[in-house]
Amino acid sequence: MLDQVVHLLGYDFVQNAIAAGIVIAIVAGVVSRFVVARNMAFAVHALAELGFTGAAGAILVGASAVVGLLAGTTITALFIGLLGVRVRERDAVVGVVMAFGLGLGVLFLSLYPRYATEAFAILFGTITGVSRGDVVLLIGIGVVTLLALGVIYRPLTFATVDPEVAEARGVPVGRLAIAFLLIMAAAVAEAVQVVGVLLILTLLITPGATAERLTARPGRATAYSVGIALLCILGGIFLSLVSNVPVSVFVTSLSFACYLLARFVVGPVVSGGEGRRTSVARDVAEPVAALEANRALDGSLSEGVARRRSTESE
Amino acid sequence: MTDPLVRFDDATLAYRGRRIWSDLSVAFEPGSFTAILGPNGSGKTSLLRVILGLTALSAGTVDVLGAPPRRGNPGIGYVPQQRTFDRDLPLRGRDLVGLGLNGHRWGFGRPSSDARRQVAAAIAAVEATSYADAAIGRLSGGEQQRLRIAQALVGDPRLLLCDEPLASLDLHHQQEITALIGDWQRQSGGSVLFVTHDVNPILDFVDRVLFVVNGRWAAGTPDEVLTSDRLTELYGSHVDVLRVHGRILVVGDQLDSGFELEEPHHLPVVEDDPSHHASPGP
Repeated sequence: MLDQVVHLLGYDFVQNAIAAGIVIAIVAGVVSRFVVARNMAFAVHALAELGFTGAAGAILVGASAVVGLLAGTTITALFIGLLGVRVRERDAVVGVVMAFGLGLGVLFLSLYPRYATEAFAILFGTITGVSRGDVVLLIGIGVVTLLALGVIYRPLTFATVDPEVAEARGVPVGRLAIAFLLIMAAAVAEAVQVVGVLLILTLLITPGATAERLTARPGRATAYSVGIALLCILGGIFLSLVSNVPVSVFVTSLSFACYLLARFVVGPVVSGGEGRRTSVARDVAEPVAALEANRALDGSLSEGVARRRSTESE
Repeated sequence: MTDPLVRFDDATLAYRGRRIWSDLSVAFEPGSFTAILGPNGSGKTSLLRVILGLTALSAGTVDVLGAPPRRGNPGIGYVPQQRTFDRDLPLRGRDLVGLGLNGHRWGFGRPSSDARRQVAAAIAAVEATSYADAAIGRLSGGEQQRLRIAQALVGDPRLLLCDEPLASLDLHHQQEITALIGDWQRQSGGSVLFVTHDVNPILDFVDRVLFVVNGRWAAGTPDEVLTSDRLTELYGSHVDVLRVHGRILVVGDQLDSGFELEEPHHLPVVEDDPSHHASPGP
């Protein structure tokens, strides 16, 4: 099997896939941390589906699918950003825009005579099929995205975990939200190359969600998230090459396995050591404290009533 | 004679045509601890937002640390109401405090030993070192608020704005947090503006009161402002101020007892009549 892998590494299309895969993994790993912390899974899905519309439109007019994807996700990101500024509005706006856009995608596909292969590629991923030109384009988009993330990383973290104080300290919370939507648009266009539109969440949610289970340190969580995305994409490419099963099957399986492992095996151990309290300790401690408080009230009825009064009038 | 840290002159704030408060002229001196009181919706938080440079006045002027207000003024610390963090959010108290120091700056923020020292010192000052490395979402409300105060003070501000920092804390933690803020104010000579719906937990520390009701306001020492006459005038309906066991209770026909002035529908409705905006202040 090792010989087989070394042999495969000689092929251009394998080298292309690995080069693009590494950049995509780094982008997806960092972005997924923020997607999870900002609760934006639904927006990711909408961006991907409208990326599909963009790609279908691009194929129809004979343009590059990658460019079409990026155009679709970017336009959608701007729509969501401008229409759904308030959190409560956001999901509704995303749903409204997504439904209409996907309808357009179906139209484009039906107008295109040889749609089956292309559609399958966009929906389920084609990383081993990307051309040299696309690889350069993907790496370019990835590097620009990472540079943008590097510039806003710290204030974006602040605005994500602690928006009120961030605003009070002068962080442009609203403009960062729109900037992050555009970064997500690029990340989605990239990740679609590997796993396709329908499986996008496996790269833009799972690594971040897994990393959260492994550490309480934000910097480490981002590093773990990138590591997990790299493992899933590169592992997926190799397994796909030796088995001839589509890449997305392995990427989704690997990322799911990582999540389960973090959730049920590694995570509980880590949070017990790093956090001062494990969830078990706290779940027990709270009812016990409540019980003791009750007992104190019962013990001295008049005092208890007085205390209850004084807390009520606070 | 020192200049006030914040001074409002004939300041009016309106939102969508509705006046929040009018003709506010009040100065907050260095080394003062001011309670900003009033029912919900009376514009207490808006007042802080004006000082933070997040909301512009509709009329009048405000001077903050010797200049017009601007976003991200490093001379101001800010403590919000306690809010729930997700239990799995990868963020330690130490990180929260660190964001208070340099979270507004662009870039990745390479770790510097200088910043680490400042953060550690701020955490030690609020006696939160033992739990500063646990995930913030797993800490109690009181522990989180301690770290909030470290976050607000780590940049060594001259002015500390607190927006209901005691809300949803139990009595014991309210006292702890109040003492931390009061001690900082006394030791550093900084000023505190403390928005609250109940003055009692901070009564030992407060030397000034700004009471805002229905667009009108009164300012002075607690003994000057928190009187039956003054609040009756301010509310436009009969209000009694009772002092019982060192606590202050505000009771009115249309108000619940105690300081539960919260529900806006319990308040006497005052039409937006300009004559009502005559400032009863000094």
